[in-house]
Amino acid sequence: MADFSKRYDVLVIGGGNAALCAAISAAREGASVLVLEAAPKFYRGGNTRHTRNMRCAHDAATDTLSGPYSEEEFFDDLLRVTGGNTNEDLARMMIHESKDMLDWIVQQGVRFQPSLGGTLSLGRTNSFFLGGGRAMLNALYLTAEDLGVAIAYEAEVVGLDVENGMFLGAKVKRPEGEAYVRAGALVTASGGFEANKEWLEESWGPAAKNFLIRGTRFNRGTVLKMLGAAGVDQIGDPTQCHAVAIDARAPEYDGGIITRLDCVVFGIVVNKNCERFYDEGEDVWPKRYAIWGRLVAGQPDQIAYIIFDASSLELFMPSCFPPIKAESIRELAGKLDLDADALEKTMCEFNAAVKPGHFDHTQLDDCRTQGLAIEKTHWARKIEKAPFYAYPVRPGITFTYLGVRVNHQSRMMMADGKPSANMFAAGEIMAGNVLGKGYAAGIGMTIGSVFGRIAGREAATNARN
Amino acid sequence: MHATNTLAEADRLMTLCNSCRYCEGLCAVFPAMEMRREFLDGDLNYLANLCHSCGACYHDCQFSPPHEFNMNVPKVMAQVRADSYAAYAWPSAFAPMFEKNGLKISLIAALSVAAFIAGFVAWHDPAALFGQHAGNFYRLMPHNTMVVIFGAAFLYAIIAMVMGIRNFWTNIGEPAATLTQGGSLWQAMKDASTLRYLDGGGVGCMNDSERPTDNRRRYHHFTFYGFMLCFASTSIATLYHYVLGKQAPYAWYDLPVLLGTIGGIGLVIGPIGLLMAKRERDPMLVDDARKGMDVAFLVMLLATGATGLALLVLRDTSAMGLLLSLHLGVVFALFVTMPYGKFVHGIYRFLALVRYAKEKRMIESGEAGTA
Repeated sequence: MADFSKRYDVLVIGGGNAALCAAISAAREGASVLVLEAAPKFYRGGNTRHTRNMRCAHDAATDTLSGPYSEEEFFDDLLRVTGGNTNEDLARMMIHESKDMLDWIVQQGVRFQPSLGGTLSLGRTNSFFLGGGRAMLNALYLTAEDLGVAIAYEAEVVGLDVENGMFLGAKVKRPEGEAYVRAGALVTASGGFEANKEWLEESWGPAAKNFLIRGTRFNRGTVLKMLGAAGVDQIGDPTQCHAVAIDARAPEYDGGIITRLDCVVFGIVVNKNCERFYDEGEDVWPKRYAIWGRLVAGQPDQIAYIIFDASSLELFMPSCFPPIKAESIRELAGKLDLDADALEKTMCEFNAAVKPGHFDHTQLDDCRTQGLAIEKTHWARKIEKAPFYAYPVRPGITFTYLGVRVNHQSRMMMADGKPSANMFAAGEIMAGNVLGKGYAAGIGMTIGSVFGRIAGREAATNARN
Repeated sequence: MHATNTLAEADRLMTLCNSCRYCEGLCAVFPAMEMRREFLDGDLNYLANLCHSCGACYHDCQFSPPHEFNMNVPKVMAQVRADSYAAYAWPSAFAPMFEKNGLKISLIAALSVAAFIAGFVAWHDPAALFGQHAGNFYRLMPHNTMVVIFGAAFLYAIIAMVMGIRNFWTNIGEPAATLTQGGSLWQAMKDASTLRYLDGGGVGCMNDSERPTDNRRRYHHFTFYGFMLCFASTSIATLYHYVLGKQAPYAWYDLPVLLGTIGGIGLVIGPIGLLMAKRERDPMLVDDARKGMDVAFLVMLLATGATGLALLVLRDTSAMGLLLSLHLGVVFALFVTMPYGKFVHGIYRFLALVRYAKEKRMIESGEAGTA
């Protein structure tokens, strides 16, 4: 039970993977720990609830990983997805530490399984949680509870007392009323600000109103903002966020994995004016899905429609909502509220431009268009076999990149260049240190676990001294 | 499109689960689901009977209530499963037995006990019911009469259950030939006898909370093996009687008594443990309408074990007559209601495991699966 009158050694703000790894690691160092989770118990864990795997380096195949994944290869992958926008020292340290994480996290009760059906491409590099992210969280919470970590739900931090880079105490809003809690050291693992539409609007303008949030509604960036005001150095681009195109019928928050659509490469994508706006077949889907959120965000009203025909219906993973179905393109346009003439025209032009080829959805094939302003360079087939199908899509924000700068101890750096006396950060709130832009599957969890473990250990040491 | 709203809800859940698949390592249901893209009633009945109700997928699901997707797979599967028992019942006129099942089973049990008491009184001097018979049951009921009554009840139960099996197998759309695959049958026997899928993917059931325990599996083992030992005891006693010409009562160290005693203890400990687990179960996972069926079956098993043990301990006293009526009444009611109560869960689940054993080989050899 959380005791708000007590002075804890370590205060952890947040309740996801990074927060729990920090809490467990601090408790294992002998510290008394209080975890403040803003969400109610069911929604605890932020975006970790929606994750399914983590990317860790390993020298050899295991029961659940199909082959080795060296530190060097991991680093190369990171360099490629970020375009070099990473702190190399910190990234190399994280990748090195990720090796041990495969054992450490299992010792905390987390279980792995071989890669899920439909994700074979990740079977060598990524370790999948048995039962998914919420199962992983449940295991971490049980371990934390067994170690005596105090956990308070619906406990939102609304104020931070920081003096010259030293944390003193936090003001907490709870259903029972406000409380003030003091601690020897602070770990913030409270996520990004993707659920804060007003903040998103500052960077994206009114378009942000039409964004859907794939994960938790509790990542409002309150603590991130307060840390900035307290003089902590910020890192990352506030206009950068990870966004994919998800089903427009998804709920505004927490739609998670099942709202994703893997069918862009099999059809064409048009905006509300029935115009195509990007090469749907540029590259294999795992390498391209992450650009489509931003592409759709750039279209009028931030909406687009993936259109395909009967020949592609079963080539991709099912998703939560059925496609909108019609016997003709004109009927489909009617159901989508699009101009039927315009859609028919785009369709005819596209079909006329498709060149003969050998369709193979498992690799970059030779099916392409020729003569369009925007070509489709692979998997281009005529869309002509009724029934026709469409999915409406909107930008779905996964997470934001803006965060606080940290050093090798996961200790926050102040804007004046000095390390904070007793403040640490882990997870999405500091992901920008290694992930300046781009994304590689499972790396968010690596950042959370590795820096969470370090932050907890260092915070415990810090509180003791 | 679906026969009931419950099946429609199960279809909705499986469609959502199939687009997530995070739970595929927990049990057999989700890999079997992944082999399908559409879910007909037969598919859903198969999946529901494959589900062991461990509860792990409810606690692991990011979309379980209060999330608006309202995904409660264990509860809906329990409802589909119970509906399927009624749908497969033979003769179909008895399907309504599954409604208010607890009440009906208790009435049948009470009537059976009363009939045995009345029978003993009618056939003998009423004093015989309260007399001392040195453990000789046949003074109250001749062995042959007992064999005829219980043989008939058991035979009826077997016929009704075989017809139910036919209905199930046809409904799920599996060819009869699968039932002759030795490998699949053997695999299903191993999976059923170890309750392989009642373990939340390795850590145990999530019954009252997300903290796993292995209690339900443990108590189910007590119950199942207790039942099987009692069954073995009766079978051996029958062999003694007809093959060796050895008449009851048998000494405490003789095989029928030993097996019956150990089995009876299992049939007391197991059902009590399962009843306790049922009471502690997270109400979100419980199919309230069918709770009576589960409880009635457990109580019947418990009563079988407890009256059997009491009879053994007190067989030399004047309580024997009443206890014998009680025990025979309970066992008779257990037999005749077998096809119309929770007992059938074991049969359909075993059959579902046989089909799954075949499908699992297909999955592993890469013959099946969606894109």
